[in-house]
Amino acid sequence: MRDRTFAPSRIWIYLVVSLIAAAWLAPLIVVVLNSLRTNEEIAQGSMIGWPQHLAWANYAAAWSGFCVAETCAGIRPYMLNSALVTIPATIFSTLLGAIAGYAVSLWRFRGDTWIYGIVTLGLFLPQQMRLLPWTIVLRDIGLINTLAGLVLIHTIQGLSFTTLFCRNYYVAIPHELIRAARIDGAGFFRIFWRIILPLSGPILIVTVIWQFTHIWNEFLYGVTFTNGQQQPVTAALIALSAAVADIPQHGVQSAAVIIAALPTLLIYLLGGKYFVRGLTAGAVK
Amino acid sequence: MSKAAALRPGPPSLPEWVRRLPEYLMIWVPLLLSAAHLVSFSLWTIWISFTPSTLVPVTGWVGLRNYSAVAASRNWQIAFDNLLLFGCAFVVLSAATGLILAILLDQRIRGENVLRSIFLYPLAVSFVVTGTVWSWLLNPGLGIQKLVHDLGWTTFRFDWLIDRDMAIWTIVIAAIWQSSGFAMALFLAGLRSVDADIIKAAQIDGAGPVRIYRRIILPSLWPITITVVVIQLQFAISTFDLVRALTNGGPGIATQLPALVVYDLMFQRSLLGRGAAAAVLMLLILLAVLLPYAAWRYIQRRRAAHA
Repeated sequence: MRDRTFAPSRIWIYLVVSLIAAAWLAPLIVVVLNSLRTNEEIAQGSMIGWPQHLAWANYAAAWSGFCVAETCAGIRPYMLNSALVTIPATIFSTLLGAIAGYAVSLWRFRGDTWIYGIVTLGLFLPQQMRLLPWTIVLRDIGLINTLAGLVLIHTIQGLSFTTLFCRNYYVAIPHELIRAARIDGAGFFRIFWRIILPLSGPILIVTVIWQFTHIWNEFLYGVTFTNGQQQPVTAALIALSAAVADIPQHGVQSAAVIIAALPTLLIYLLGGKYFVRGLTAGAVK
Repeated sequence: MSKAAALRPGPPSLPEWVRRLPEYLMIWVPLLLSAAHLVSFSLWTIWISFTPSTLVPVTGWVGLRNYSAVAASRNWQIAFDNLLLFGCAFVVLSAATGLILAILLDQRIRGENVLRSIFLYPLAVSFVVTGTVWSWLLNPGLGIQKLVHDLGWTTFRFDWLIDRDMAIWTIVIAAIWQSSGFAMALFLAGLRSVDADIIKAAQIDGAGPVRIYRRIILPSLWPITITVVVIQLQFAISTFDLVRALTNGGPGIATQLPALVVYDLMFQRSLLGRGAAAAVLMLLILLAVLLPYAAWRYIQRRRAAHA
């Protein structure tokens, strides 16, 4: 509705919308406040409260102090694991997806619609259908419980999304452009470098943000194929809450949660527009 | 580029297919790996579901015995009932919340961008984080109930997290918080694409805003609604991390869901055959949602092509 007939009731709209927005922000605010309260302070009251004085020590402890299982190094090693899985897998899956998307949309070859159709089935197939085969394959090639194994899985599985994103973007590029370049003798790679890549800025940002967020936040593969020191940070957070179940350390745990969520939240803040575009592009598959 | 340049690449002695080998490799290897793993892994899991595998996969044939064992187990029955309840409640409530948010944001209000970012930020956070945070907020001795008690209302009760009958609703709450923003984004795009001329015509005819919404705008949203419902159902069927972090299936097995049963059978009880059977059952539930949707999309597209 784009008119002014709603004018008298507008105050209500603002009121309702602000209330809902407050409810949506509340969990974040609660955790941020808790990350600055001492464990004793939280134990005396509830999880919801104002810090008496800012306990920055929680962050130091969460980053490199407290113990998960036998090791006491905070979540730093697990953050590093997540980064070492997420960054290469994002780059590989995006680049390969861009080439594959270009191949099926503009270059065309025999069987392209078939193989593209099968690849996009990966958007729907539940992870549970691939757990056992991946376990067996990773064990056979010696990559079980390694970060390289997770990179491999996320690269191959990510291809379904990245190929779809790029293909849907590239079909809008006029075929005449490619045909003219081919008549001039340009090959597959030259056309990709000179024509396709320079046009791909927006879709590559969308794809990178999508892949990074999904791989960073992934839990099931992390917890299934790695253990102990090799786990990504999502799995480590679960291990942490199990480890401290007897003597809860909610201040430190809150700080750990904030640190683990920070990379994807920052990317969302910086590239929100592209993040939403990825969401809706994934939806209309 | 000139003709001479076109003829230059590659020594002339090499045959065409060798010269183009890097190109073929770049095109086929990733696509074939992706397609082959999808097809072969699915068939592989289906195959395991018909074998007597326990700790390691073995050959052999037990027919549907794994399926009947899974279907007869209390764990699966509870998980399936929970999925029905959770799936329906979550899908209806998150679509409704998303629609309300979209309509509110569509009133040309100030700060729309900021508000939209607030409703969408949970989507950037992992389910592990969401589940952990809500497990604190909903914990009666720690979160909302404790706060209200401390404020003086000591008879207040909000202990769904430890209540066998209500615990599944804590997952509904957290899931709505996490993904209503997604429904909102899709609905908002739909609202913005309603033909402004039709609305103007209705206004000239004297229709009020409520009437315009009920008669013109909302009916035009139903294709988007179906998309939202299908995507959210797909999410509900595969929910794993959220429950793992929020209730871990408890209290007892009160919040068990199919994805947790699969994991439990495969990796905690080492009953690979049954785990695979449970995974295939999950796939069948998903197909029961997706196949009608695909058929509907196909009919829609054909109708659009003929119109």
